[in-house]
Amino acid sequence: MLAALGIESVETLFDDIPAAVRADGLDLPGPRSELELARELEALAGRNRTDLVSFLGAGVYGHYIPAAVDAVVSRGEFSTAYTPYQPEISQGTLQTIYEFQSLISELIGLPVVSASHYDGASATAEAALMTVRATRRERVLVSRALHQHYRETTRTYFGPGTRRLEELPTAPDGTTDLAALEAALADTADPVAGVLIGQPNVFGLLEPMAEAAALAHAAGALFVAVVEPVSLAVLAPPGAYGADIAAGEGQPLGIAPAYGGPYLGLLACRGELMRQIPGRLVGRTTDIEGRRAFVMTLRAREQDIRRDKAASNICTNQALCALAATAYLATVGPGGLADVAAAGAAAARRTEAALAAIGVERVHTAPYLNEFAVRVPDASAVHARLLDAGILAGLPLARWYPDDPDLADALLLATTELTSDEDIDRLAAALGGGSV
Amino acid sequence: MNVPESLRYSEDHEWLRTEGGEAVVGITAYAADELGDVVFVELPDVGRHLAANETFGVIESVKTASDLHVPAAGEVVAVNEDLADAPELVNSEPYDGGWMIRLKLDDAAASEGLLDAEAYRATIGD
Amino acid sequence: MSEVIAPPEPRPRERSAVGPELQPLLSELHTPGRSSFKVPRPPADALAGIPPAQLRASPPALPETDEPTVIHHFVRLSHLNYSVDGGMYPLGSCTMKYNPKVNEWAARLPGFAGLHPLVPDGLAQGSLELAWRLQQQLGEIGGFPAVSLQPAAGAHGELSGILVIRAYHQARGDLDRDEVLVPDSSHGTNPATASMAGFRTVTIRSTPEGLVDIDALREALGPRTAAVMLTNPSTLGLFEHHVTELLEAVHGAGALAYMDGANMNAVLGHFRPGQAGFDVMHFNLHKTFSTPHGGGGPGAGPIAVAEHLRPFLPAPLVVRDDDGSYRLERPGERPDSIGRVRAYWGSSGVLVRAFAYIRAHGASGLRQVSDDAVLAANYLRARVGEAYDLPVAGPCKHEFVASAANVKRETGVRTYDIAKRLIDHGFHPPTIYFPLIVDECLLIEPTETEPLETLDAFADALIAVAREAHEDPGLLTSAPHRAPVRRLDETAAARKPDLRWTALAGAGDR
Repeated sequence: MLAALGIESVETLFDDIPAAVRADGLDLPGPRSELELARELEALAGRNRTDLVSFLGAGVYGHYIPAAVDAVVSRGEFSTAYTPYQPEISQGTLQTIYEFQSLISELIGLPVVSASHYDGASATAEAALMTVRATRRERVLVSRALHQHYRETTRTYFGPGTRRLEELPTAPDGTTDLAALEAALADTADPVAGVLIGQPNVFGLLEPMAEAAALAHAAGALFVAVVEPVSLAVLAPPGAYGADIAAGEGQPLGIAPAYGGPYLGLLACRGELMRQIPGRLVGRTTDIEGRRAFVMTLRAREQDIRRDKAASNICTNQALCALAATAYLATVGPGGLADVAAAGAAAARRTEAALAAIGVERVHTAPYLNEFAVRVPDASAVHARLLDAGILAGLPLARWYPDDPDLADALLLATTELTSDEDIDRLAAALGGGSV
Repeated sequence: MNVPESLRYSEDHEWLRTEGGEAVVGITAYAADELGDVVFVELPDVGRHLAANETFGVIESVKTASDLHVPAAGEVVAVNEDLADAPELVNSEPYDGGWMIRLKLDDAAASEGLLDAEAYRATIGD
Repeated sequence: MSEVIAPPEPRPRERSAVGPELQPLLSELHTPGRSSFKVPRPPADALAGIPPAQLRASPPALPETDEPTVIHHFVRLSHLNYSVDGGMYPLGSCTMKYNPKVNEWAARLPGFAGLHPLVPDGLAQGSLELAWRLQQQLGEIGGFPAVSLQPAAGAHGELSGILVIRAYHQARGDLDRDEVLVPDSSHGTNPATASMAGFRTVTIRSTPEGLVDIDALREALGPRTAAVMLTNPSTLGLFEHHVTELLEAVHGAGALAYMDGANMNAVLGHFRPGQAGFDVMHFNLHKTFSTPHGGGGPGAGPIAVAEHLRPFLPAPLVVRDDDGSYRLERPGERPDSIGRVRAYWGSSGVLVRAFAYIRAHGASGLRQVSDDAVLAANYLRARVGEAYDLPVAGPCKHEFVASAANVKRETGVRTYDIAKRLIDHGFHPPTIYFPLIVDECLLIEPTETEPLETLDAFADALIAVAREAHEDPGLLTSAPHRAPVRRLDETAAARKPDLRWTALAGAGDR
């Protein structure tokens, strides 16, 4: 190539970098053979502890991932494909995204589902911004029982401008205080754009979503449900209780916990809000010979066209994670998904009973699906003691609610179909047996 | 290029037809042509007051989206509901069925400050 | 100079770039009663504690099918996709380099994949050490002392970086800076990011040579300017050789300089933006650092900042304590942080892949990457110039701009049609109609991982298409002919959006 270009050395091609800003190489250790690299990575992975019995949830849940999911997701035709801007040679990606949109729409009960966002927290932030854009109001209410990170992320996205995020308190049973919600909505001088509540909430509790949606609508606000997708196999979905927008985290659908990501932000809305939803959308159409085909649509709303007027700057979707969710749902089917949800619920009930038998009681009284908080005196110390015994006893809630005396001694415990009777017995034995 | 003599025009390709103290606004055939197939038109709420050159909506085609600016100030008294189901009217009948909003003008003589057909044709190099 | 040798006739591909079989939807594969047995059946009273009003009235209508059907479905669909594993993507501004398989193996190690993000730091020492070292690596590559790995994509990194700049000005009480300056050649995410962060965008024109017009920049800079967002090399593949003067002008106006790092593949080891004076940059790990595109994600967009911006970085960062252990920052440890831009702390799976890539290459390897990428681009540019306009003077960096304005002038055929016809020759088209400032634009980036034979084959194909435009323009305007589907009705898709299947209509319904 150098000969064809008529130059002596590739360095000539960098002559336009002025000497003053030219770097003199990088201070990084030298190249490694694949064997050495593999050993180094194995050693690092080996310093993580994944052998503990885990009751940790709080937004990320360990489920059994059928082998077929990775068989699909690891195919290079999917994992190394580019964004499907040339639809004629991207029908694999495009059809699977359409299938993803359809499956999630069916679970959530709303007709329009975007091709996904970075994660549940950013999807929630985008949902909150949608309520502001759609109503042209500036005040958004969020339950304090919504996941800590989701509230913080929404706050960061709300930072610029005059939009405000206000927190709603919880009632003694652990759910969002509806009287406080009603009072907050009553200020007609400062009307509310949207109300955000999690279902289940961060404490694992089932919220009065239909009542909250009705209150929001009576005040002209939009109602946003933040949901967990496996639970939607058995719980009433957002479409059934009047949500206008739904957001959530798709990680439980066939995506490994992987210490933080990449995950899968879910975002869905009613048909009337379709043009407000940020992110990619894939639609069905035909080609010039009448074949059914799929294509990215409503693209004029996206950043590359709308530029500074785009609703969001988002340029990617978590396509491969969405594919994992699609393959997972296709593999387990509706019956399998309901079994997964129910198995987690059954394990949670057994856990509650086993702990109650040793005097460890729930903090809250509202119903739960597969996660709930228990009161354990000196929770942090107990948590540490149980770690030494090989048990991850959930999340000490003081970490996220440091100023709430009611949660100072609370541990948030989650169960899934992976939680065995032996695991529960070990937890009870460790909590009951040790001195606290 | 179709540029009716009876209308007035803005430099960014909107047309305005005065009818007494009211005006009807849309986009020109040239603009519709540049956009390509129109897929959606976002229109303002009836009752909204617009200042001259204020953005009153957005027009989307497959490949682009453009803001729509009102050539003269006034209150929106009607919007073309047909465009919700048939946005293609903007392409096929930009000056008739593809009309967008009807305004009660703040100043009934506002159109005199706009381009006439000849001046508009000059801006598009026609 | 040797005689001009006519390029050889491109050999027709034996089959088109992708297979021809379209597939039914999962909803059409639905067969009631068909299922796989993936988890044990739960007890009948599992949901007894749930008030009936909170339960679904009816089960979700998801398709029922078995594993062999599922595998057939997705494998056949995969055959409809073009991919890096299958061929070259000459996409300018995307850096579609080869995705090393050892990185896939690493990310799947159970120690990495099975770890919950909220475990106590002591249980995550492997991942935390990897993350800390990646922070150091990216800091070294960019020339910055502080790095956040939190953003989940390049655009997410841009938003984070601009919010950091905003926080910086606010902390200094400089509240009137509400403008961000962006070149007219910029990627659309730049102005979109500025808007999301509450700023107005002011566009700066480029010179005829395709660089930032420094006079236009100086004119637009002022006390309202919060930041200038630059891409270097630019989106036309040119190094902004007056970068020092640009940065002096920006800082002189009290503004900060943001560098869009999408094009870092051109300058690894040659140019370190932080060392040159930029205040903040983002990296695209799915571009420069080989993590796979996945059909549109997941990527990752870490940001690196100068010391004066460190306090404002998203929290938590990964920290190394004096005893050599690693941890996440505690809440409140860096009170001026802009906060979180996502849940947890980073897309760890993507970060593992990038770390592996950087470790495998080392300093000399990374510099070689840029050397090879720039050489390949210049070679390809010379070849493509045999049939297309080259509106920007060379040499280029890792990508170059060509224009089909000459072809359009002579035949009426447009860049869009050329792109679609290229598919029939077995190649994914390059980036088209970007940057916006070049007419009938093609932006071509071969990357460093394509062999010479492939570069020549691609050039041959582009040249052949130009010839076809003269001989048989209809062939191009109705292309592609040899893809699983032909040109799509995008108008209908946008006018009457059909975004999900309406019902299960599978084989089992008959």
